Amino acid sequence: MRFERRADVSVPALLVAPFAAILVSLALCAGLIVAAGVSPLTAYAEMLRGAYGSRLAVTETFTRATPLILTGLAAAVAFRARLWNIGGEGQLYMGALVTAGLGHSMTGGLPAPLAVALLMVASMAAGAALLAGPALLRLRFGVDEVVTTLLMNFIVILFVGLMVEGPLKDPMAFGWPQSVPVAAGLRLPDLVPRSRLHVGLLVALLAVAVVWVVQMRTVFGAEARAAGLNARAAAFAGVPLGRTLMLVACLSGGLAGLAGSIEVLGPTGYVTTTLSPGFGYAGIVVAMLAALHPVGVVGAAVFVATVFVGADAMSRATGVPSFIADVIMSVSLLAMLTALLFTTYRVRR
Amino acid sequence: MMQRVLELNRITKRFGGLTANEDVTLHLNQGEILALLGENGAGKTTLMNILFGHYTADAGEVLVSGKVLPPGMPRAAIAAGVGMVHQHFTLAANLSVLENIIIGSEPLWRPDSRSAAARAEILGIARTFGLPVNPDARVGDLSVGERQRVEIVKALYRKARILILDEPTAVLARPEAEQLFATLRGMTAGGLSILFISHKLHEVMAASDRVVVLRGGKVVAERRTASTSPADLAELMVGRQVVRPRRTAHATGKPVLQARGLTVTDGGKRGLDAADFTVCEGEILGIVGVSGNGQASLGRVLSGLARPQSGTLTLRGRDITRLSPRDLIRLGIGRVPEDRHAEGVVGDLPVWENAVLERLRTPRLSRFGFVRRAEARACAARLIDRFDIRGAGPETRTRLLSGGNMQKLILGRNLAAQPGFLLANQPTRGLDEGAIAAVHAELLAARAGGAAILLISEDLEEAAGLSDRIQAIVKGRLSQPVPADRADARTLGLMMAGVWEVRDAV
Repeated sequence: MRFERRADVSVPALLVAPFAAILVSLALCAGLIVAAGVSPLTAYAEMLRGAYGSRLAVTETFTRATPLILTGLAAAVAFRARLWNIGGEGQLYMGALVTAGLGHSMTGGLPAPLAVALLMVASMAAGAALLAGPALLRLRFGVDEVVTTLLMNFIVILFVGLMVEGPLKDPMAFGWPQSVPVAAGLRLPDLVPRSRLHVGLLVALLAVAVVWVVQMRTVFGAEARAAGLNARAAAFAGVPLGRTLMLVACLSGGLAGLAGSIEVLGPTGYVTTTLSPGFGYAGIVVAMLAALHPVGVVGAAVFVATVFVGADAMSRATGVPSFIADVIMSVSLLAMLTALLFTTYRVRR
Repeated sequence: MMQRVLELNRITKRFGGLTANEDVTLHLNQGEILALLGENGAGKTTLMNILFGHYTADAGEVLVSGKVLPPGMPRAAIAAGVGMVHQHFTLAANLSVLENIIIGSEPLWRPDSRSAAARAEILGIARTFGLPVNPDARVGDLSVGERQRVEIVKALYRKARILILDEPTAVLARPEAEQLFATLRGMTAGGLSILFISHKLHEVMAASDRVVVLRGGKVVAERRTASTSPADLAELMVGRQVVRPRRTAHATGKPVLQARGLTVTDGGKRGLDAADFTVCEGEILGIVGVSGNGQASLGRVLSGLARPQSGTLTLRGRDITRLSPRDLIRLGIGRVPEDRHAEGVVGDLPVWENAVLERLRTPRLSRFGFVRRAEARACAARLIDRFDIRGAGPETRTRLLSGGNMQKLILGRNLAAQPGFLLANQPTRGLDEGAIAAVHAELLAARAGGAAILLISEDLEEAAGLSDRIQAIVKGRLSQPVPADRADARTLGLMMAGVWEVRDAV
């Protein structure tokens, strides 16, 4: 048996791949659910009900999807240019910290929408700066950014811990390690009344549109795609590789930083070291399930959010541990990678 | 009658609607060298893959020494004594020659490796067939010619009696190719039978006993090499008479590009050593030489990818020594890279994006940072039309183009901008006769239009046919230019051997 490269990758195959991957992943995980003593059909039905069974459930799923859209977009943008940004988690926390820190002391003068916009921009700058370092190290010294961006995550989370125990500690929180809250007037309005779903979802969707336009319609996008697919040919054609990579890094880091900012401005209002249940890492899965396409990121983020929100409810109803959500997500990533392999290669006997 | 060691019997293979091989019958005699000649896409490689079991034929059979080979089983082919040397080598660069040769031929679970015995056997093969290899060298450190030798030894180590070589000279410089054919000749004397695939007429003429010509998937002719001619074979191969266009003498104009004392160190090695040359309006300056003598460095400097350590490069008197690719393009310098796939195009992007990538930042193709897609597509469509790029529309993935059409795309995007200076680095390497004639015609048309062209080529026939003046490159140094009418094969041969330096000294 051997792999033979296909002459061309068909668009329908690329569209089908994520669905096939998800189905395979659900089928494989059904085995684990059976092992836990529950019928997989019941478990998956409970999961769907948990994620979409009530108005509250639906809003909760989309609240969960909001940061995933942004971290997924961050990973997709970087991976397209072959910049392996594994540091979405750290960039998210940095963005969250900046929003909380500045948003607490920002008072008077500015109208609220402008202040919120400024906070988001500042958080994006923080996320961008965090990824610019590893990108620069790679350009100058060939340092592997997978290692640096991954390790930065731990540093940033420890730094957040330092801040919420120290300078940014909320004196009104009865000793809990959480940061000072952002000013009440700066919180994002709810999208659906009496729910946690907030305007941040619209911001995330707007980011998707902007990224799509930048990638597919601008000169920078065309050059970045060329550089990602064949760096030597791009350089020959006059694309400044270093500058393009740095701009991609800023865009990617900025998107992850924006995710953190929106989490603070939306559902939580302050920063803790448990703000993100791995949104940055899940963003990698989202990006791959979307085959790195910005629009696909929305669907993939909703899928991952469905699994996580649904798994909690399913766990309560059936007793299957909610860790199954992590397993489903991980297996779907592996299945997607396999599916992508089959879109470019066929198996020959 | 000679014994037939290999027979292909009425082989037919279809890929969807495309018929790659139709009713192909041919045979190989004991101890002969048979050339399978055909243009790119004539079905040669498909046929060899069927023979070796990588593909299964839709109809027909393969016989080795009169016995039918089970289809689709490379192992059966190897066991029957068929060895294949692929166009792209299948060696692991980080392993030694010895490890590469024995890998796969001994069981994985054997606790001891029989490397001592294998070493003796390899050295024996090397001696018998005149294939010097060092079993302990790391493959990554070897030249392409040496790697090919390792591939051949590997096939012989597996007891091959029939050797199949797919485009064996595609990656070799001419002296290496000549050496290879001398070696193959010696091997047939040792009882081996050899089938090699080629689209190069001169090597078929020089190296084979018999030629089978394949065109459009069918055998169109079989000739004894001694009783045919290159012109005859060319016509059979292409199906019509192909004449490479030749330069006609005309007056050249003012100097366009001048290099003075250009010295480049590329990756620690001296690539160019105080090179001087001048290219004038309406002139083609040919740079000939054995590959690896500094052509790559020269190409990189003129493309803006390498900075010279010293010396100057001027375009109509303006210093362009240290400009980036983008600046050079803006100044009207066209560049055709040495390696189409690696540097010329981004294979996974559509044709239209490759057609305009170099010029995206001009007002015609973008506005406020946004690509004017309709204009860009129209631009690509015009290129496809004007430069006769076949099998493609603007939306086609560029990777799917044949080598010749890809080269026409690269040449076209440069020539459409009417460059004052054009670098053509190995513009016809790996192309078939039809495509070569088309590329030559375009270069000559650009020359007639007043462009100054620097042609870097290892193909002497090409350099002599197109160039007004020729300089040889040897170890990074350039000879004095010789007018084309004084550059006969002997003079060029001496120049490429670096003999001019001796004469200078005397």
